[in-house]
Amino acid sequence: MEPFLAVVVGGLFAAGLYMILRRSIVKLLIGLVLLSNAANLVIFVTAGLHRGVPPLVPEGASAPLHTVADPLPQALVLTAIVISFGVLAFAMALVHRTHAMVKTDDINDLTSTDS
Amino acid sequence: MLIAVLSGFVLAVAAPWVRQYTGRYSGWVIGLLPAGLTAYFASHIPLIAAGETLRVVHPWVPGLDIQLSFYMDGLSLLFALLISGIGTFIFIYAGSYMNKRPDLGRFYVYLLMFMASMLGLVLADNLIALFVFWELTSVSSYLLIGIDHKSETARKSALQALLVTAGGGLALLAGFILLAAAGGSFEISELLSRGDVVREHGLYLGILILVLIGCFTKSAQVPFHFWLPSAMAAPTPVSAYLHSATMVKAGVFLLARLFPVLSGTLVWSVVVPLFGAATMLTGIILAMRQTDLKLILAYTTVAALGTLTLMLGIGTELAVKAAIVFLVVHSLYKGALFLVAGSVDHGTGTRDITVLGGHAKALPITFAAAALAGLSMAGIPPLLGFLGKEMLYEAAAHADWLFYAVLFTLAVVISGMLHVAVAAIVSLRPFIGQGQDTPVTPHEAPFAMWLGPLTLASLGLVFGLLPAMAGDALLVPAMGAVYGVPIDYQLTLWHGFNWILMLSLLTLLAGVFVYRSRERIRARLTDADPWINRGPEYGYFRALDFLNWGAQWQTRFFQNGYLGNYLRILIASTVVLVGGTFLLKDNLSLAWQSGSGMRFYEVVVAVLMLAAAILAVERPSRLSSIAALGITGYSVALIYVLFSAPDLALTQILVETLTVLLFVLIFYRLPRFQTLSPPSARRRDALFAVSMGGLVTVLMLAAMDARIAVPISEYHIAASEPLAFGRNIVNVILVDFRALDTLGEIVVLVLAAVGVYALMKLYPPKSEGQ
Repeated sequence: MEPFLAVVVGGLFAAGLYMILRRSIVKLLIGLVLLSNAANLVIFVTAGLHRGVPPLVPEGASAPLHTVADPLPQALVLTAIVISFGVLAFAMALVHRTHAMVKTDDINDLTSTDS
Repeated sequence: MLIAVLSGFVLAVAAPWVRQYTGRYSGWVIGLLPAGLTAYFASHIPLIAAGETLRVVHPWVPGLDIQLSFYMDGLSLLFALLISGIGTFIFIYAGSYMNKRPDLGRFYVYLLMFMASMLGLVLADNLIALFVFWELTSVSSYLLIGIDHKSETARKSALQALLVTAGGGLALLAGFILLAAAGGSFEISELLSRGDVVREHGLYLGILILVLIGCFTKSAQVPFHFWLPSAMAAPTPVSAYLHSATMVKAGVFLLARLFPVLSGTLVWSVVVPLFGAATMLTGIILAMRQTDLKLILAYTTVAALGTLTLMLGIGTELAVKAAIVFLVVHSLYKGALFLVAGSVDHGTGTRDITVLGGHAKALPITFAAAALAGLSMAGIPPLLGFLGKEMLYEAAAHADWLFYAVLFTLAVVISGMLHVAVAAIVSLRPFIGQGQDTPVTPHEAPFAMWLGPLTLASLGLVFGLLPAMAGDALLVPAMGAVYGVPIDYQLTLWHGFNWILMLSLLTLLAGVFVYRSRERIRARLTDADPWINRGPEYGYFRALDFLNWGAQWQTRFFQNGYLGNYLRILIASTVVLVGGTFLLKDNLSLAWQSGSGMRFYEVVVAVLMLAAAILAVERPSRLSSIAALGITGYSVALIYVLFSAPDLALTQILVETLTVLLFVLIFYRLPRFQTLSPPSARRRDALFAVSMGGLVTVLMLAAMDARIAVPISEYHIAASEPLAFGRNIVNVILVDFRALDTLGEIVVLVLAAVGVYALMKLYPPKSEGQ
């Protein structure tokens, strides 16, 4: 499954980058979401995929009884999901404010610090 | 010896306070340090004269075989004495000359740093240490030349000196590293005995060229001579110091230092003397063209440096002897004459030789110093200069090949002739005959300002009368150190009636003739100005312009202010560099096969995810785009569910819901989607995006097989319950093993929240016109 998902993630990356390259400032936000999802999947998929073995220790045991999925990439991705949400919220507020102030949604109009 | 070298740096730190508390005697107080150093170095004369050498080693970067080691033999001792001895008079002089200037304290700092760096340079045994001191002299001379930082000329000249000498310094560093590779050691004292190995080595030519570039830039050889006259922007004491004993002599010093290692080959004997002769003639001819005392002297320094290079290039025993004697001759008269120029400037308010004249009565002591130094410069017996000139002629006449012997004899005689004329111009013209009115009523310089020039000039006379005094103790050991084998030699003023003496007389007569027709020669040379202005300095400015133009062009190209442009450059360089590495490295395997197999429902989820992402990209309406985006996010959550990551799935679902809500809430305040780019731009961007996506796929496939160590998570799995008392290992990692990361994450969220609040709620008070 990993090679197949690698191709899908590559597609997500391409989609996100394409949106970030657009001049419409709103599309940039959509690209940002796609990119963060893709980046999270890169970490998750490259670490190797395992079905039905979540990294949990059964009650009464001191360690999992069988091989479990690697918990470290999961912890990293968890942090990344939350942070990318924070970044997205900030970017949205920024775009909103920018649009309110300079009345344009074309990034190419934003080439100087003075409007 | 370490303390001796570093004391200058230490005092430099305190110099401004010394200046403050000692007032007009500051020059005398600070002069105590170089005076003490002179005494310290002089105490080594008997040891060195007996043929011993001294080596002190302090560990510095032992891992790289770099030591802070010092080595004292005849050559380094001679230079150390010149630096500290002349330095003493320079400090005393400067304390008086610049007494009124508020930046005198700062000036002392730079000058002390400069002196200490110079001492380090001549005493260093390790090539890297030498290089560090070498660059320190460049930096401190930059500060000294640019001390009038409000003047554009000063800044420009300082930068010019820095760029030329530090640029050459880079070549020198490369040369040193090659030299150490070829000779097997960074220590000069060891390399000195391995000259044969270095000369036979395949890297010899590279070493020689790089080292010569370093020496020639520092010692202002053609075509790098232009920075030296520009450096006249510095106050006179600095010029006197820079020209007589330090800075520009550093290049010559290094040539002499490495003489036993690098000289003796055909390339050396052919190339080095040619540069020297060209520099000698260029310098002395251009000196005839100037009317400013300091500029005349600056060009004669260029000529003197050329002479020294010529002698070292000829490389016979005679030539080495001549080089050492002439080095001392030049240091003494040049130091004195520069200080005289400063005193004349101080006493009359001008340095223009077409205005000056007849001031011998007003400045008697300065005139005495000038006359003595001038006689030495002209090479008139019984001064040391006479001896120096005789030796130059003899050495040139005995060059290895007949052609070179004729060529160089001619060159030194012409140069000697012009030297006579220039000596008369700078040391007689201001004092005798008739002059015009000067801006200041002529008056003699104070004691502190004639002590130095008079002492230095008198030394030329004393050494001339008693050549053995300086010769046996100082000069002969230095000659031996340069030549590589001890030299037994007796310096005498009188070489007997021979054809060299005839040549000397001829020079003198011709010199007087040139002096008498100096106005006509100057006019002729001024006619050649357009041609001279196209010289190397013009090339320097063109190169600088080109550099600026290139920097502007590439800034405009890479940073033109358009976000898309930046991204495309980033993407393209990543794809080319990383992808290129993949193509070049053939031992990377891609994990197209994988153990986990494919299940139908997993494929459906993955395809759904990609399809939704494509929909989100191409939908023209905002709402459908956001809906598609939501589908992608939930599909990602499903992937997490399917592959054993329940916590991730939970978080992803929560965040995705919030994201969609946020988008819907905020988007109706934002403009509708617009199609702003033309189709061609969209196709171009698609190409960039797809190539980057492809690269990510390839990277993932390569990374999957690349694990080379036991993952740290095995420890996490084993330790989760026993150590952290938690059974959800992912949670334990987040709040326990990597708790600091999580703290950072919380900080980021708080900052984002504050930022969002500020952007949404706070508006600046409306200003006029809005």
